[in-house]
Amino acid sequence: MALSYTLQVVNLLAALLLLIAFAMLSQRRIAGLVTLFAWQGGALAASTAIVAWSTGQHHLYYSAVLTVVLKVVAMPWYFFRLIKRLDVDREVEPMINIPTTMLIGIVLVIFAFNLALPISQMAGTVTRSTLGIAMASVLLAFLMMITRSKAIPQVIGFLAMENGLFFAATSASYGMPLVVEMGVALDVLVGVFVLGIFFFQIRETFDSLDLKHMEKLKER
Amino acid sequence: MTTGILLQVLQTLLAILLAPLLMGWVNQCRAWLQGRSAPPITQPYRVIRKLFHKDAVIAHDASPLFRFAPYMIFACMALAAGIVPTIVNDLPFSPAADVIALVGIFALARVFLALAAMDIGTSFGTLGARREMLISFLAEPALLMVFFTASLISQSTELPVIVETLAHKQFVIYPSLAFAAVAFWMVSTAENARIPVDNPTTHLELTMIHEAMILEYSARHLALIEWAVALKLFVYSALGIALFLPWGIAQAGDLAALPLAVLALLGKLLAGGAGLAFLETISAKMRLFRAPEFLGTAFLLAVLGMLTHFILEV
Repeated sequence: MALSYTLQVVNLLAALLLLIAFAMLSQRRIAGLVTLFAWQGGALAASTAIVAWSTGQHHLYYSAVLTVVLKVVAMPWYFFRLIKRLDVDREVEPMINIPTTMLIGIVLVIFAFNLALPISQMAGTVTRSTLGIAMASVLLAFLMMITRSKAIPQVIGFLAMENGLFFAATSASYGMPLVVEMGVALDVLVGVFVLGIFFFQIRETFDSLDLKHMEKLKER
Repeated sequence: MTTGILLQVLQTLLAILLAPLLMGWVNQCRAWLQGRSAPPITQPYRVIRKLFHKDAVIAHDASPLFRFAPYMIFACMALAAGIVPTIVNDLPFSPAADVIALVGIFALARVFLALAAMDIGTSFGTLGARREMLISFLAEPALLMVFFTASLISQSTELPVIVETLAHKQFVIYPSLAFAAVAFWMVSTAENARIPVDNPTTHLELTMIHEAMILEYSARHLALIEWAVALKLFVYSALGIALFLPWGIAQAGDLAALPLAVLALLGKLLAGGAGLAFLETISAKMRLFRAPEFLGTAFLLAVLGMLTHFILEV
């Protein structure tokens, strides 16, 4: 293998990202999910910083710092506060049982790897082989959103999906322009806060954070 | 050739003699982490010595299989300890150190233990044997997948070749081994009857798996089984070291590296034992019917490791 050590570390972090995505799929407790999400953010920030260092793309440093501030510190802290105030940290059974979810996850990973293979052959970046992993993490986060019925895991799934997309951008084209990244980060931050307020509203209306109740909404 | 045989004998004896010490170290770390006063590190040796001095009590209905099983189990584990490279690579027995054969040796020991447990006809023995079979038929494919991930990297299922590739060729980070390592930890907790799958210190009928199988054993038979359990933990630790932290294992015929290899092994076992105790302390024993899910996860992670190998390392 002719890859330099920095790239090997990026590959390792990519694998960690996927590992954490799988751990999230199998996690029943919401607090555990938030912790895993923070770790995923950490792995993402580390890999972004290493790509920045090895390719000399300075704007990636800013996005790495942004990731640490938002996804490792601010959002997990906010989620932990929400969990405490909503008092929702219990084991929740997902809608499909976990072994089945994991099996579907494996199929998704194979699908993503196959899909990414021709794309990554065309990409000119040194990190192109991690594109498949990025796509797989996006799909796994999507799967998590589908299989969870509670509100907070769905939002965490959404954020994990954003992590995957971010990683895809880094690996396919050394990240988006800084303006776009800042915009996305701001959007996500605002989105999370708005959803946090929504949680309270949802619970007030239905006495539960289970989004299945929303299916029965009707206009009178 | 003579040095080879000598080294082989030395490595096997070292494993057999060190195994209870590792067990004692893990127990000591666990006691510290749980805020209890720890038993001395030599406690497993004392237990084994005490058991060897006692008279064996054997049920009237026991068949010869019941008496024979402890020797068989101990022999299997001693063989496994002999062929896994712990301090020196490429010894006379090394051609036998095929990972698939190794899984077979573990399976042989397990079959004898389960048969002996059912032999007496007590309900606990049968219960334990069935639970053990449930756990192990799920753990075995996961273990094989972990081995295959390492085999894909080194293009061989022989442990010495795997160690040679990982430790003595050019240093490369293999992301697929990260998956394999997590899966291996999950499998080894199940195979060694540790928390979260089984609690080695419990005698509660609702939860015990391994203990239920050996309830009828006493004296020298029990001593051999306890020793074999310690050996199994040692072999799994050695396997983990060989697959994921092989640096320090001496190359074939490199006698000067031997003292360093022994020191490296001791250091890694100390760290590994403490790590195991830590992981056991922070996790809770799970319900028996969660175990299939746990081991299924291990299997899928190992498969994921293989997939990652193809996408990132080829």
